[in-house]
Amino acid sequence: MSQTTQSWGSRIGLILAMAGNAVGLGNFLRFPVQAVQNGGGAFIIPYLVSFLLMGIPLLWVEWSMGRYGGKFGSHSTPFILDSMSKKRWWKYIGVFAIFTNLGIISYYTYIESWTLTYTIKSLSGAFSGIGREEVAGMFDTYVGINGTLTDDILGINLPVWAIVAFLATLCLNIYILSKGLSGGIEKVAKIAMPMLLVFGVFLAIRAITLGDTNIDGCDTCNTHAGLDFLWNPQFDSLSNPKVWLAAAGQIFFTLSVGMGTIQCYAAYLKPKEDIALNAMTAGWTNAFVEIVLGASIVIPISVGYMGLDWVMENAGFMMAFKTMPYLFNQWQPFIAALSGLAWFGLLFIAGITSSLAMGTPWMGFVEDEFGWKRNKSAIILGLIVLVMALPPIVFYEYGVFDEYDYWTGTVALVVFALAEVILFAWVFGMDKGWKEITGGADIKVPLFYRFIIKWVTPFFILIIFISSLIKPMDGNMSDWAVAFSQLFSEGSWPWANDSIIAQIFHLNEDLKWFAADGPTAMFFKDLSRFVLVATFVGLAIMVKIASNRRKRKLTTPKILEE
Amino acid sequence: MSGSAILFMVVVQLSVTIVTAYFFYRVLTTKKKPEPDSFTDNDDS
Repeated sequence: MSQTTQSWGSRIGLILAMAGNAVGLGNFLRFPVQAVQNGGGAFIIPYLVSFLLMGIPLLWVEWSMGRYGGKFGSHSTPFILDSMSKKRWWKYIGVFAIFTNLGIISYYTYIESWTLTYTIKSLSGAFSGIGREEVAGMFDTYVGINGTLTDDILGINLPVWAIVAFLATLCLNIYILSKGLSGGIEKVAKIAMPMLLVFGVFLAIRAITLGDTNIDGCDTCNTHAGLDFLWNPQFDSLSNPKVWLAAAGQIFFTLSVGMGTIQCYAAYLKPKEDIALNAMTAGWTNAFVEIVLGASIVIPISVGYMGLDWVMENAGFMMAFKTMPYLFNQWQPFIAALSGLAWFGLLFIAGITSSLAMGTPWMGFVEDEFGWKRNKSAIILGLIVLVMALPPIVFYEYGVFDEYDYWTGTVALVVFALAEVILFAWVFGMDKGWKEITGGADIKVPLFYRFIIKWVTPFFILIIFISSLIKPMDGNMSDWAVAFSQLFSEGSWPWANDSIIAQIFHLNEDLKWFAADGPTAMFFKDLSRFVLVATFVGLAIMVKIASNRRKRKLTTPKILEE
Repeated sequence: MSGSAILFMVVVQLSVTIVTAYFFYRVLTTKKKPEPDSFTDNDDS
C-alpha cells in the first residue's frame, strides 16, 4: 500500500499535466491525415459525436477511478482496479495499463528524440538550401534505414547519433520523473504547455496567412486550397461506417484513454476534489490543440508547396520529418529557423508531456507496493525502457517499431478501456460510479451521462474492438458485406492484414525466420513479441508479489512488523 | 476556399475555442473548497 506523500501543487498544474498527457504527436500528425481521408470537414461530425459519447464518459470514468483508488492509497491501475471489485483477478487486468505504458514509452521516447535532434538541426541551418529528396534522405540516414548507415558495429547497423539523442531524451525523462509530481511533471507542464500553444498559434497563423505560394506549374499550391481540402464537408461520407470507426479511433487515441495514465494522475487528488470540471477542461484543451492548431499546420503548409495531388498521395506521419523541414526552407532563413524551432519544439513538448505521463503508472506502482524511493524507481524505469527500446531502434527497418505500436499502442488500449468501463459501470455499479463522478463536482454533470456510461460507451468500445479483431480487407461497409457473404458461401473470412486475428496467427505472411542472407523480418517481429510477452508476464509476477505483501501486511499485527 | 469550407472551419474552430475558454474560466474563477475540518466532513455517508 501507499508509502507516498505526493500530491499536485495546484489545480491548473494538474489540468495542464493532464492536457499534456493527452496532447501528443497524433494531434498534429494523425488528426489532419484522418480528416482528409475521411470526409474532410464532415469528419468533425462523427469526431465530435464520438467525443461526447465515448471520450467524455471515458475521461470521467478514468478520473473517478483514479481518485477512488487514491483514497485507499493505490496509485497504479492493478490495485485501483482491485479496490473496485471483490474479484481478485481484476488486478491482473490492471497490468495492461503498466505494460502499455512501458511498451509505448520505449518507441515514443525514440520519436521524441528525433524531434529534439531536428529542433537543433533546424536552428543550426542544417536544412537550408537542400532539396526535398535530400531532406528525406537525411532522415533515412539518421534512423538507419535503406542501407544508408556507415557506422557498422559487429555487423549490426547502429544509428549512433539517433541512439545518443535517444539516451539524452531518456535521461531527461528520468530526471524529471525522479523530481516527482509537483516538483517535476507539474513544473514542466506549466512551462511547456503555454510554449506549445505559442508555437502552434505562430505556425497556424503563418499557414493561414500564406495563401498562394506561386510555384511554377502547380495550380493547387496554395495553403487555402489545403484548408479547403481539409474542411470542405463531404456529407455523403457520414453514411460510411469506416468514417465513424476512424473518428471513434481518433478520439480514443487522442485522449490517451485506456492507458492508465489518467487514473494514476487522478489518484493523487484529494478525496473531495473536483474531477468533473477538471476532466472537461483537460479534454477540451486537447480538442482545441487538435482541431484548431493541428488542423491548421501540416496539411495547409504541405499543400501550399507540394500541391493537392502530392499531399493526397503522401499524407502521413513521416511528413513531419521528411517534408516539413524542406517546406520551412522555402521561407527566409530567419523565419525558416524560427518555424523549424516552433514545429519540432512543439512536437517535442507534445511528446515529453505524454512520455512523462507514461512513466507515472510504473512509478506509482513500485513506490506504493515495494516502497522504492523516487530516484531508484525512475532509474530502474530508465533501464527497462532502454532494454525494451533497443529492438525498435536497432531493427527499425524490420518493422519492430510497428509491432510495438500495434500491440501496446493500439490493441492493449482498446482491451483495457473495454475492461475498465465494464468494471466501472457494471461491476462497481453505476450508483457508486455516479456518486464518484459527481462527488465534489464544480459543474453539474448531465444526468443522461449515467445512461451513456452504462450502455453507449461500452457499446462504442466493443464495436471498435470487434471491428479491429475481425477486420476484413480494406474495412469499408461494402467489404464487410462481401466478407459475410464469403463466410456463408465459402466458409472463410477475408482477413485484413492489420486485423488482430491475422496479426496473432501471422495470416498472409511468410513464416520463415531465416533466409540465405540472415534473419527475416518475421524473426524480428516474433522477437519483439517475445519481449512484449515477457514484459507482461514479468509485470504480472510483480503484481502477484505485491498482492502477497499486502495480504501479509493485513494479517501481521503492527507490533510484529516493527 | 469554398464558402462551405470557410463556414465549417470558422464555426467548428470558434465553438471549440469558446468551450475550452469557458471551462478554463470556470476553473480559474471557482473558489477553492475549504479543507475538511472534522471526521464528519470526510465521511461519505
